[in-house]
Amino acid sequence: MHLATERLTARYHGRPAITEVSLGIRPRAITAVIGPSGCGKSTFLRCLNRMHELSDGGTVEGRVLLDGTDIYGAGVDAVQVRRRVGMVFQRPTPFPTMSIYDNVAAGLRVNGVARRRMGEIVERSLAQAALWDEVKDRLHGSALALSGGQQQRLCIARALATEPEVLLMDEPASALDPLATQRVEELMVTLKQAYTIVVVTHNLQQASRVSDYTGFFYLGDLVEFDQTARMFTNPSDGRTEAYITGRFG
Amino acid sequence: MTIIAPNLGAAARGTAATRRMTRGANPADRAYQAVVTALALALPALLLALIVELTINAWPSIERFGWAFVFTATWDPVADVYGAGPLIFGTLASSVVALLLAVPMAFSVAIFLTEFAPRWLRRPLGFLVELLAAVPSVVYGLWGIFVLIPFLRTVVVPPLKAAFGWLPFFQGVFYGNSMLAGGIILAVMVVPYIAAVSREVLNAVPSSQREAALALGATRWEAVWMAVLPYGRAGLVGAVMLGLGRALGETMAVTMVIGNRHDISLSLLQPGYTMAAAIANEFSEATTSLYLSALFEVGLTLFVITVLVNAAARLLVWRTAPGRAVGTRAL
Ligand SMILES: Nc1ncnc2c1ncn2[C@@H]1O[C@H](COP(=O)(O)OP(=O)(O)O)[C@@H](O)[C@H]1O
Ligand SMILES: [Mg+2]
Repeated sequence: MHLATERLTARYHGRPAITEVSLGIRPRAITAVIGPSGCGKSTFLRCLNRMHELSDGGTVEGRVLLDGTDIYGAGVDAVQVRRRVGMVFQRPTPFPTMSIYDNVAAGLRVNGVARRRMGEIVERSLAQAALWDEVKDRLHGSALALSGGQQQRLCIARALATEPEVLLMDEPASALDPLATQRVEELMVTLKQAYTIVVVTHNLQQASRVSDYTGFFYLGDLVEFDQTARMFTNPSDGRTEAYITGRFG
Repeated sequence: MTIIAPNLGAAARGTAATRRMTRGANPADRAYQAVVTALALALPALLLALIVELTINAWPSIERFGWAFVFTATWDPVADVYGAGPLIFGTLASSVVALLLAVPMAFSVAIFLTEFAPRWLRRPLGFLVELLAAVPSVVYGLWGIFVLIPFLRTVVVPPLKAAFGWLPFFQGVFYGNSMLAGGIILAVMVVPYIAAVSREVLNAVPSSQREAALALGATRWEAVWMAVLPYGRAGLVGAVMLGLGRALGETMAVTMVIGNRHDISLSLLQPGYTMAAAIANEFSEATTSLYLSALFEVGLTLFVITVLVNAAARLLVWRTAPGRAVGTRAL
């Protein structure tokens, strides 16, 4: 286990959005974070790569351990943390003025990767994101010419290019059509061979289809955390059961 | 019968409503519409009238000097010969100097205000920058004469000449009133405009773009450089063009410090002149009708150049970001 939180509390302007969350993320597996809207799923995810502190009034207490080191500890550089923990957002966010190639290379440039190695890494990342065949003939075309699903896979490729150890995905398919969603789900399952993935989703079927572990958040608390199969068949908390059987949320 | 009657009634009501509906707008509405339309048309008409008036008045000079007016440097009221080359050169040169100084400063201010300043500081600081735009031009002129020029003479120019005196831009003796002083004054005056529009542009860049860059391990500054500025580039070009438009037409402050000499010199330390300044200064002295006509032609030229700059600005904005230029509404 190389990513874990200990009594993690995150606030906006002093108001807690998640409280005392302690959770161990299994490496090379997909951990799903589910729960009704506003329960703190995104906030939790953004604590894992120190994005939360960029929000207005965002503060964090507790610890997030990456390979045993507290990423909120003294002397830890948030920029270095984000290079090891990549993130994919809900809406595709390609850089609109850059070509497809430059989008994927963007993270490499700020990481100081040598120019001559770049082409190879860009190709590998696009291939990992199952996008290479669709874009290999127009690498220098605009990223905006891609469909929404392709744009999201481009963003995944962009996040993979810097070779993070952990990949955080915040509802990565919620803006996509069913076919594109399926492709992203397949992609996640492939990627877990090499990456630790934490995915926020409000789609329970998706969580049960792709994830190995699931955490259920409710009103800022981690109510239950278990193997996905167990949680969906035999939840131990009444609130979890109510949620997955569709009685609220 | 009893079944049909209500239907007839409904039909009758229907036709009455239709008649009301198709009668057109009510009279007050129509009058209001007419007034607004007339006013809206009056503005372009005024513009057209202005062009016609300028051209008619400039015509004697246009006929007499032709293109030489634009390309020659003699401005001799005694011999009644006029060439506006130095004025055109001076206007463009002082504006270019102003932009070279103002753009980095204005962009820095805008970037600081939107990306780096603590939140509580953003509003008051932004307000102060915009306040600079409210200072009357003549006050800048006074500041130029009594503060800027002495400062340039004692502090800036000696080391500048020592280091770069071999460049054509820093030749000759510096007396104070100069292209350099004019350019700096203009720069100070256009910074608030460029900064204010740039700030709006950068504010309009979605935070998802910043976060996407930061999540890749970019520093704050790298995120600005790789995500924020490119996203807003069309608007930023617009902001610069807006500043250029201001600089081209500025009169009072410039004429107080630029030296007002009909000369073309590459050296920033030498005096120059601008079109706007010449018109303002020489209008009351224009004794011959050709002199007056030449000044009108200067005005026409300035007008044309300003229109071209604005057209170029719009073209650039469209070209760099067709359809979704951030912040270009402000233009
Ligand atoms: N930028 C913010 N400023 C203040 N409060 C926020 C902000 N973002 C989220 N919140 C609050 O924090 C809580 C958790 O939000 P979030 O983590 O986005 O939930 P979820 O992703 O589960 O829908 C909500 O009550 C929300 O209103
Ligand atoms: Mg969310």
